[in-house]
Amino acid sequence: MKKLCLDIVLGSLLVSGFTALVLLIAGAPVLAAFQNIWLGAFASTSKFSQVLSVWVPLTLCSCGLLYTFRANLWNIGIEGQVIMGAIGAMTALRIPGIESPVLILTLAFLASMIGGGAWGLLIGILKTRGGVHEIFGGLGLNFVAQAFILWLIFGPWKRPGIASMSGTELLAHKLWLTTPPGWRVATIGLLIAAAALILTWLLLEKSMLGLKLKAIGKNPKAALLYDISPESYYLTSIIIAGSCAGLAGCLQVTAVYHRLIPSISSGYGYVALLLVMLAGYRVILIPFLALFFAGLNVGAIQLPIVLQLDSALSGVIQGCCVLSALFILGIRQKRRQS
Amino acid sequence: MDVLFQHISKKFGSVKALTDVSFTAHSGSIHGLIGENGAGKSTLMKILTGYQSRTSGTILIDSHEVTLDNPRHASKYGIGMLYQEPMDFISLTVLDNFSLGSPKQSQQELRFALESLTIRFGFHLDPNRLVESLTVGERQQIELLRLIHCKTRVLILDEPTTGISPAQKEVLFPALKQLAADGMTILLVSHKLEEVATLCDEVTVLRHGRITHHATAPFHFPDLLTAMFGSIPERKDKEAVRKKGSPVLLMQNIEAAGERHGLQNCDISIAEGEVIGLAGLDGAGQSTFLRLAAGLTLPEHGTIQLFGKKLPRSTKAGKLAHKLKTFFIPADRLEEALFANVSLSDHFSLREKQSPFWHSQKRARSQAKKAISTFSIKAQPDDHAEDLSGGNQQRLLLALLDSLSRLVLLENPTRGLDIRSGHRVWQYLKNELSPKTTIIFSSPELDELLHYSDRVLVFHDGEIVLDSAVTDTSHDSVAAAMTGLDEALQ
Repeated sequence: MKKLCLDIVLGSLLVSGFTALVLLIAGAPVLAAFQNIWLGAFASTSKFSQVLSVWVPLTLCSCGLLYTFRANLWNIGIEGQVIMGAIGAMTALRIPGIESPVLILTLAFLASMIGGGAWGLLIGILKTRGGVHEIFGGLGLNFVAQAFILWLIFGPWKRPGIASMSGTELLAHKLWLTTPPGWRVATIGLLIAAAALILTWLLLEKSMLGLKLKAIGKNPKAALLYDISPESYYLTSIIIAGSCAGLAGCLQVTAVYHRLIPSISSGYGYVALLLVMLAGYRVILIPFLALFFAGLNVGAIQLPIVLQLDSALSGVIQGCCVLSALFILGIRQKRRQS
Repeated sequence: MDVLFQHISKKFGSVKALTDVSFTAHSGSIHGLIGENGAGKSTLMKILTGYQSRTSGTILIDSHEVTLDNPRHASKYGIGMLYQEPMDFISLTVLDNFSLGSPKQSQQELRFALESLTIRFGFHLDPNRLVESLTVGERQQIELLRLIHCKTRVLILDEPTTGISPAQKEVLFPALKQLAADGMTILLVSHKLEEVATLCDEVTVLRHGRITHHATAPFHFPDLLTAMFGSIPERKDKEAVRKKGSPVLLMQNIEAAGERHGLQNCDISIAEGEVIGLAGLDGAGQSTFLRLAAGLTLPEHGTIQLFGKKLPRSTKAGKLAHKLKTFFIPADRLEEALFANVSLSDHFSLREKQSPFWHSQKRARSQAKKAISTFSIKAQPDDHAEDLSGGNQQRLLLALLDSLSRLVLLENPTRGLDIRSGHRVWQYLKNELSPKTTIIFSSPELDELLHYSDRVLVFHDGEIVLDSAVTDTSHDSVAAAMTGLDEALQ
């Protein structure tokens, strides 16, 4: 426990020190920048609810990644899975002739899980059948998904009249997920994210699935002797990850943008990769770190306006967090080994 | 270069691995370091090579005190170690591996150095071959030559004959004697008394981290055994040959790739209840044979029948073998059979045939506890498999073995175990498994093969050259067949 506190203090020092250095080089006021990020994220209910609306997809993607990391898979393809989830949701939302919003939204959620899951499965099949490493398969399919969504927005699903980067036409109001009054985050999104956290914890820590994924992640060769087929568990884990990412994509469409835009995933898949590594692949830390990362993301939005700083600063801070965490853990491990 | 150990102690947390160890390894001699598994031999050698720090005590090399904080320090003093598992780069050639870490020299000079060293020690190494196609024994030879070339003056050998053939042993031993005669200090870590007796000038015995005996050649075996184990392990008696039943494993016209020579023209039938010993030089085909039977390797030609069922030519073969209650324990336990940082009790959960949805830790822990006491595994249910010593890992694997198995395939089951642990493995196999269970095992130890099996198959260069009941053959004819001598075939 003492060691953990020490690590956190040391890590925070490293992160703030390095970020301050970047700011100094950029010639910006260091304290004002930190203050603005904080105020931008937590100064009002509306701002905080915006943070939560980022927290939801980050949490969902992170939960999904926990499964693949457990099986020792590097699911870089999570970005593409978010995009395909959003596309799946949009496909369902565009089905003509269904009146009930509840029915059509339910279909959208299901379709997003299928879209994301299938995109994940594709990476899995490339790996298990063709021997394509999941990093390359995932990266390749991310580009395909990105191209696909652009084609849809500029082609078949373009706005009547003009096709534009601002995306497809807005959804009918009845298809917007409801938010608590004065808040900017969909209730159902929060519930889904919370459920995903609990379910993931149960499955990974308390079920045989979690144990088998761990075993395969550690030693696929030995798994064969226990009659556990690594291939089928690789596929299972990446389908689950894809479905989680797909849900995140669906929520981006139905709760945040209310349309399909080219950058629908907002890079949350990549951020979630960093987040999960920072959490040391533990479910317990995910909600808190996701809140921290979401806060940084939202808080940095106003930096360009107030301080004429690029909002990419939040990315710098997130990157520093992960690198310093890995650095500290690496040192610790090296020490233990000697 | 004399190496003096003075009052060396090492603690891991509260566990004392070494307590007040003092002795001297003299220059120009081979010094044996023997003891049971877990006696502290490896820890002591890791301290000397700078991989582990000592808690207290001093090491003097040529009367100078040395620190040895890291491996580089140690190699600066000319301390080199030949590991039990070769530490090499398998995708590089023999010459590349030899050159790595060698003093800066041109490719030609290095090739010349390698070739002259191979001739000097009577090894047969092709500098251009890829290391992955070599046997453990040959890889060890490269490592040894590299150490000599790097001006190693204190050579540590960790169980050097594990995994190498008797023929390679015949080459290795004179080489070591020659090196000692040239003034090198050699420390031999082993638990094979015969080897120690033939090679060593002096022997130090460790037990539970303390020195219990010190002797110079010639050695008195009963004393060494008492010092190692506290009491002499009882002599094993030849057991009655089991009754043969219906065929369990049938191989027809098998041809398969694997190891150095693969496996050719393999036609064999093995019956229920037989105990089959697979003899052969390292890499002669025994491992391929076992993996074929387990369905883990697929043959290129021919058919394999397990309990009358033909194994499919796909990854389903392993599944079917499993279903027919075939259990395979590979020699490399941590690499192929155990999950390094998974707890013992989780291993028991993973083994469950009908795995429930939820993971019952309580049940697994009680199973693990039971196994720990039955098999006297020195560990707790929550310990990770990687933290166990080799002997304890083997016991864990036996505990995981389904006692209802019908065909048990064991690759070198007593590898890295001392006499007593090895004996216990066999006691378990004979007592706990049904007499109808067929056991097929490979071993580099002829004594073990002849003692425990009913029938031996001798492999040579990927072919079975001798198939005989133990009662109809002898130590000498098996040894001759292993080396491919003709008289064994007559």
